[in-house]
Amino acid sequence: MNEDLKKHITLLLAENLRFDNRKSDEYRKVSIEYGVVKSAEGSARVKIGDTEVLAGVKLEIGSPYPDKPDEGTIIVGVELLPLSNPEFELGPPSIDAIELARVVDRGVREAKSIDFKGLCIEKGEKVWLLVIDICPMNDSGNLFDASSLAVIAALKDTVFPEVEDGRINYKKKTDKKLELKNNPVEVTVSKIGKNFIVDATTDEEKVIDARLTIASLEDGSICALQKGGTEPLTEKDIDDMASLAISKAKELRKLL
Amino acid sequence: MTFKRPDNRKFDELRKIEAKAGVIKRADGSAYFKIGDTIAYAAVYGPRDLYPKFLQDPGQGTLRCSYNMMPFSGSGERVRPGGSRRSKEISMVTKNALLPVLDLREFPNAVVDVFIEFPQTDAGSRCAGICAASIALADAGIVMKDLVSAVAVGYVKGNVIVDLSKEEEDIEDAADIPMAIIPYNEKISLLQMDGILPKAELKKAIEMGKHACKKINEIQKKALKDKYKI
Amino acid sequence: MSKLLVKDKEVVVPGEILAEGMDYLPSYGTYRDSEKIICQRLGVANIDGNVLKIVPLTGKYVPRRDDVIIGKIIDVSFSGWRVDTNSAYPAMLNVKDATSSFIAKGADLTRFFNLGDYITTRIINVTSQKLLDLTMKEPGLRKIEGGRIIKVDPNKVPRIIGKQGSMVNMIKDSTGCNITVGQNGLIWLNGKPKNEIMAYELIKKIENEAHISGLTDKIKNYIENGKK
Repeated sequence: MNEDLKKHITLLLAENLRFDNRKSDEYRKVSIEYGVVKSAEGSARVKIGDTEVLAGVKLEIGSPYPDKPDEGTIIVGVELLPLSNPEFELGPPSIDAIELARVVDRGVREAKSIDFKGLCIEKGEKVWLLVIDICPMNDSGNLFDASSLAVIAALKDTVFPEVEDGRINYKKKTDKKLELKNNPVEVTVSKIGKNFIVDATTDEEKVIDARLTIASLEDGSICALQKGGTEPLTEKDIDDMASLAISKAKELRKLL
Repeated sequence: MTFKRPDNRKFDELRKIEAKAGVIKRADGSAYFKIGDTIAYAAVYGPRDLYPKFLQDPGQGTLRCSYNMMPFSGSGERVRPGGSRRSKEISMVTKNALLPVLDLREFPNAVVDVFIEFPQTDAGSRCAGICAASIALADAGIVMKDLVSAVAVGYVKGNVIVDLSKEEEDIEDAADIPMAIIPYNEKISLLQMDGILPKAELKKAIEMGKHACKKINEIQKKALKDKYKI
Repeated sequence: MSKLLVKDKEVVVPGEILAEGMDYLPSYGTYRDSEKIICQRLGVANIDGNVLKIVPLTGKYVPRRDDVIIGKIIDVSFSGWRVDTNSAYPAMLNVKDATSSFIAKGADLTRFFNLGDYITTRIINVTSQKLLDLTMKEPGLRKIEGGRIIKVDPNKVPRIIGKQGSMVNMIKDSTGCNITVGQNGLIWLNGKPKNEIMAYELIKKIENEAHISGLTDKIKNYIENGKK
């Protein structure tokens, strides 16, 4: 249905141009603000072009998983708010919301950015749970990358609240900051015909053949992968896309 | 008994307000409204197609409002996403607060959707939501007789005070009276109360509410005009 | 005594009192409440003698008879096509209004217009229930091939076209692009990639500054500087 649009986007990409005058490997303007929500223990707002995402961290005390009695954990949720995109509907999380949450979760979890053992309060009984909620405010494309940046930034902003008599007193902050061992950054590379682009806009997202989201660390190692879209990728595609993602991640990481 | 407000405000003094129009690019109209530490975003989409079809009204357009708190917006524990009975009720009274100024006869079978979201709350959220929604509706080019302005009036320790903070709301025996006023005819389109109030004080509460809403109305109008400032 | 409270071309908002007294007459976007004339839509005040009206600055497209729009085919049936008009109301394009050629009953209509195709078309009728009829049997109305479609605020379309097409022609001449502007806010651009981007940026600039006077000169300068 979007064949004409795709043809046209491909025409421009042949000259390394996109509708908004960017090159294929260029991001729109990225900005990160910390501590934007007072009621969260940690929060951040990320803008990539007109796309805007809020992430907030709430700390809870809960029981550990039976197979990991001395570890706390993170729980990542995404609400694709209808406020941010005319096509989002009210209701339980759609499959897109679930995919986004799980991919962002894996980026942080597998990178071992947070020392889960350090979140233990009482082995087998009580651990800290970092509940992270991602809320897009405006979706003009590339919610994946904006959300992952917002989550890392919100985690960096997180401060533990006081615990009194085993219960959290949210009104009192300690001076204990959450420590991040590293900064995984996710970059989504999209394939349109033979071209690779980063930071797809809403129009571009409609015509991509496939996308690969790659989370990488400071040392260039990959800590999460997710292929989306209906077309298959070749080995060379994946190799090229991963290299592009790792180099773009290095640039984005400087903004954190 | 003399009552000192925790933040030293006068009884008729509002918290600091910031308002901005056109903050969400994809929406047809949008607004940001911050009063004290309560932050409301409103986005309007419409008039647009309404599904499911049985909801369509062939006589005029339908207004649909959704009030939702983001999980990290509560004053203590996380708020479970997905809405609650409370948010459904607030969505309904918000719709009824806005409907009197709207004329949707030009849009039979269509819907105007208003989404109100809160990243952070400190009491007065439904009122902030109505203020944001009014700006957003005007920003979307919807025909409206006036903007709607709202504020939560309180009755604490024998005193009528305007724009309750959460701290004041939590004081023992405090009454919380959210209200919305249509400035041009001073009619009241939202009125609720939590608490106990002598009848004689109700008139005073409404008078003080009207007065405060007039001030809020000026800020709402300015937010719309500022968007087009050269 | 009647009193005018706003200036011509001032930005006004719903609820704002524009004039007092019975000498002034309320027109589009305003209403009378006893002695006062009040604004009921965000826009620019237009004072013509003693008639006050509002030129809207925002708002979704409301289909009007005789408008030439760019529509998108969203459904194909046995008798015609359903067209998205970029408003709350889709339109019907019947086979008999689409072409003068003979089309056999039961023919595959997707051969003419398929899902996702864009067409330039004229609205020939709008009922009270906002059911719309379209025609393409006029010179210039056709299926759009190639190029790209962009969306602008439909209220800015008059500014983008300009007096007798002066503004859009200026953009066409300086960028060498083909441009078709639909009254519903959809615009078709087709040209060399770099020129198309320039045309897009010019159109967006006009859209954002439509309410500012002296825009024609500003755009002229912008084009001159762009060429340097």
